[in-house]
Amino acid sequence: MTEPLLKPRKKNPVERTRLATRPPGARSRTALGLTRAAAEGRFELQVCADCGSVQYPPREVCGYCLSEHLAWKPVDNRGELIALSTLRHSNDLYFRERLPWRVGTVKMTAGPVVVAHIHEDCAAPEGTGVPVRLTLKLDRSGQAVLHALPAKDTPNMNDAAQMRESTCDPKFRRVLVTDGKSAMGLATARAMLDAGAATIFLGDPSSWKTVAAFDKLAADPRVQVVELDVTDTDSVDRVAASIGGKVEILVNTASHLRDGGILGRKDVILARDAMEVNVLGLMRLAQAFGPGMCFRAADGSNHAVAWVNVLSIHALAALPSRGAWSASMAAALSASQTLRAELRGAGVRVLNVFPGPIEEDWEQLTPPPKLAPAAVAKAIVKGLQDGIEDLYVGDIAEEIRERLRDNHKAVERELGQ
Amino acid sequence: MSTPVLTQFLNELLNGRLKMVDLTQTLSPEFPTIVLPPEFGQAWPFRIEEISRYDERGPAWYWNNFSMSEHTGTHFDAPAHWISGKDLPDNTVDSMPVENFIAAACVIDVSKEAAENADFLLTIDYVKAWEEKHGRIPERSWVLLRTDWSKRATPKEYLNMAEDGAHSPGPDAEVVPWLIRERNVHGFGTESVGTDAGQAHHLNPPYPCHYFMHGNNRYGLQCLTNLDQLPPQGALIFAAPLKIRNGSGSPLRVLALTPSA
Ligand SMILES: [Zn+2]
Repeated sequence: MTEPLLKPRKKNPVERTRLATRPPGARSRTALGLTRAAAEGRFELQVCADCGSVQYPPREVCGYCLSEHLAWKPVDNRGELIALSTLRHSNDLYFRERLPWRVGTVKMTAGPVVVAHIHEDCAAPEGTGVPVRLTLKLDRSGQAVLHALPAKDTPNMNDAAQMRESTCDPKFRRVLVTDGKSAMGLATARAMLDAGAATIFLGDPSSWKTVAAFDKLAADPRVQVVELDVTDTDSVDRVAASIGGKVEILVNTASHLRDGGILGRKDVILARDAMEVNVLGLMRLAQAFGPGMCFRAADGSNHAVAWVNVLSIHALAALPSRGAWSASMAAALSASQTLRAELRGAGVRVLNVFPGPIEEDWEQLTPPPKLAPAAVAKAIVKGLQDGIEDLYVGDIAEEIRERLRDNHKAVERELGQ
Repeated sequence: MSTPVLTQFLNELLNGRLKMVDLTQTLSPEFPTIVLPPEFGQAWPFRIEEISRYDERGPAWYWNNFSMSEHTGTHFDAPAHWISGKDLPDNTVDSMPVENFIAAACVIDVSKEAAENADFLLTIDYVKAWEEKHGRIPERSWVLLRTDWSKRATPKEYLNMAEDGAHSPGPDAEVVPWLIRERNVHGFGTESVGTDAGQAHHLNPPYPCHYFMHGNNRYGLQCLTNLDQLPPQGALIFAAPLKIRNGSGSPLRVLALTPSA
């Protein structure tokens, strides 16, 4: 059974900080279908439309009937571990540092025989196969890999070193919540504490404003308040200079949301305010905190691991009644994709969160259903624990995303009515 | 014939019998800006970004871009800032007469009262009592309210927000028209974030200092500091706003000339 992870000891300051290495990252374009599924937390393989057989590894034509009609679909993830080996030597820099490493062969109920990383709580097969569940995870290169997990959950299974490599669990990590005074920021901080975060750096963008829930949370000894206004470069730099070397997960909850389209106003001040917070704020944070997080991306068991942007489903499809804000969301999504590419070199993951409307002041007139901030925060924690990259929260977000795939013009017309 | 006056003035300044006092707060991102209810447009706070600093962005030079509203930091309010002054002649910072950049100042010290009561309001009786001690307010003089508000250390203490809004001292609704009518003052200046009190929206009319001063083509100065270094009477204020076309106000350097104690 996995030993529970212990709170990491204080680092020896005269030892060199270990730099991040990455597992081999090259994949064929077809194989990136696995990456898409892993990034969104699904288990999908190609299924042949003509003969129904499940394919692995990913390929251009069916391995049985040569049909070209292969579609990515959710498939049964169960299987039997039929062979196990423990690597004790490797010429790969990444694996050398993580030996011993268990790999094995799994015969899937759905058909294919696959090679996977094997969780330490999976028993070794002796004569008969051992039942396991397969899961697709993103590794530190951002590419999908198969992990075999025990058929039933075991205590502390997420603490296993192999799991920590492909997930971003907040347990024992120090988390910066950039705007801790918003409903979303408060909920995020609480959810991170519940998930075992060691420290919350709680950003305060408006120290002149008293918010009772903020003061209550700030009284928790695990919470440290930092004055942080993402529109102020000096402020961002100052906070990074003070705690930048400690932030292992950064959750950007800073948000500027106002109603209004584009033609209805005589100025771009609100649009500019939205861009200042939602887009340039993200870039300021990235410039100030990104390099430090990359440097600490392999620093002990609680190394820097993830960057979370709380966006909106309207980053993907504009809501014309909030046109300027929608534009800022789309720009923030674009910036976050660049940030993801830039942080991937160190293995720091970017998790983009796309919720539907959230129950908060600026959504007062939005008709239900609206998401409770606590529900979104809980989904963010689970997204980190699962190690995914794109998180759609709530029915409205899920529906818009599905319908964008189906007919994006229909979504565009309907949101504009 | 005016040259000897200016020569004498410069001599007095150089020999230290006159001193200059800077009444200006440093422009920094942390300095609080007035906060309106969030559904209104907001005045931009001061923000600054380095263009280059002897580095790859410009090897031999250092400079910054900055942004802010007309009403950020120590700033001047022109009559056009308020609806009551919107149709007056020369009511913007670019059109106002340049002579008006210089005026005498009376400094009314209410710091003791303000320390005890953040909502302290200056009244006609208070001003009359002040005149008993320090002399009548001369015509065309700034009236500056010393509250020591500039000594408040944090934005929280400075804005002093409670659930019912900001709490800071200012003039009441009667003293402002009285100062204009009876004393023909030049304008009103404060250390706090506005010329009106924090709770001035409850006065009648709301924001009386803005309403009456600007409605009579008078001026406002706010976010002043170092008023404790000025005498009750006898200082001269040099306050020239930036020449913004149709500008309603402007951040500026406010300088006082005062006899050395
Ligand atoms: Zn087939």
